[in-house]
Amino acid sequence: MSEHTARRTPHLPGETGVWVFILGDMLMFAAFFIVFMFYRGEDVALYAKSQLTLNQHLGAVNTFLMLSSSWCVAVAVETARGGRPRGAQVWLLSAMACAVGFVVVKFFEYSEKIAAGFTLTSNDFFMYYYMLTGLHLMHVLLGLGVLNYLWFTLRAPPAASTLRTLESGASFWHMVDILWIVLFALLYLVR
Amino acid sequence: MAGILKLRVTWLWLFLIAATVASWEFGHGLGFGENIRLSTTAVIVIAFIKARMVILDFMEIRHAPPGLRLLLEAWTLGVATTLLALYWQSA
Repeated sequence: MSEHTARRTPHLPGETGVWVFILGDMLMFAAFFIVFMFYRGEDVALYAKSQLTLNQHLGAVNTFLMLSSSWCVAVAVETARGGRPRGAQVWLLSAMACAVGFVVVKFFEYSEKIAAGFTLTSNDFFMYYYMLTGLHLMHVLLGLGVLNYLWFTLRAPPAASTLRTLESGASFWHMVDILWIVLFALLYLVR
Repeated sequence: MAGILKLRVTWLWLFLIAATVASWEFGHGLGFGENIRLSTTAVIVIAFIKARMVILDFMEIRHAPPGLRLLLEAWTLGVATTLLALYWQSA
């Protein structure tokens, strides 16, 4: 058990402002998930038919990449707490590599769909597909910037504020992971 | 590097990967024969179990102030329940 896991006093991982942003984002996506499921119920046949054209393998690969990236960030935080900023940087680089992989797969997937004639305006399913995955992709790109910033933060001599910044960025990145976990189930797997 | 095996998050990550493979199978309709409703219920339940694991142990909400933990537990349970209710109502 790490020192942190054993700690008894409650600890907010990151800054309060970041958490306000994270909670707001999670509420917004919760509304989107519910709206999607509601409208799916209005036309199950159309949603089921459209879903069949999605590439489940690419969706699953991206889930593996997202989970792995999130894990790398969690290990980076633990490593930094253990007083090894260089090690933490390596873990952040691994996390960024997974995130870049996610973006590459997503663009490949979009181009495959567009080439097959499925666009934002094809039908309601594809409107939600592009809107939800696109909004999530924007979070991934923003997250990549955050991870990059964290990497630079760890170059400076360690300070208490460094860990706090690291926790804030890590919490945001885990949220991006959580949102994808639900999106993968909703868009690719729910039948 | 060998130290990562001692970390709880590493074992959780392996579990999350395994859970993804399981839900992928349910997404193909396996596991409950032709009963699509049960497969989909499993898919949704697994997704929110995964989300909760990331919340509690990757985000470290297990050790966060109780108010924040309560909010996030409510999010997980609330969204999962609403989605399942809407699904069963429509199917």
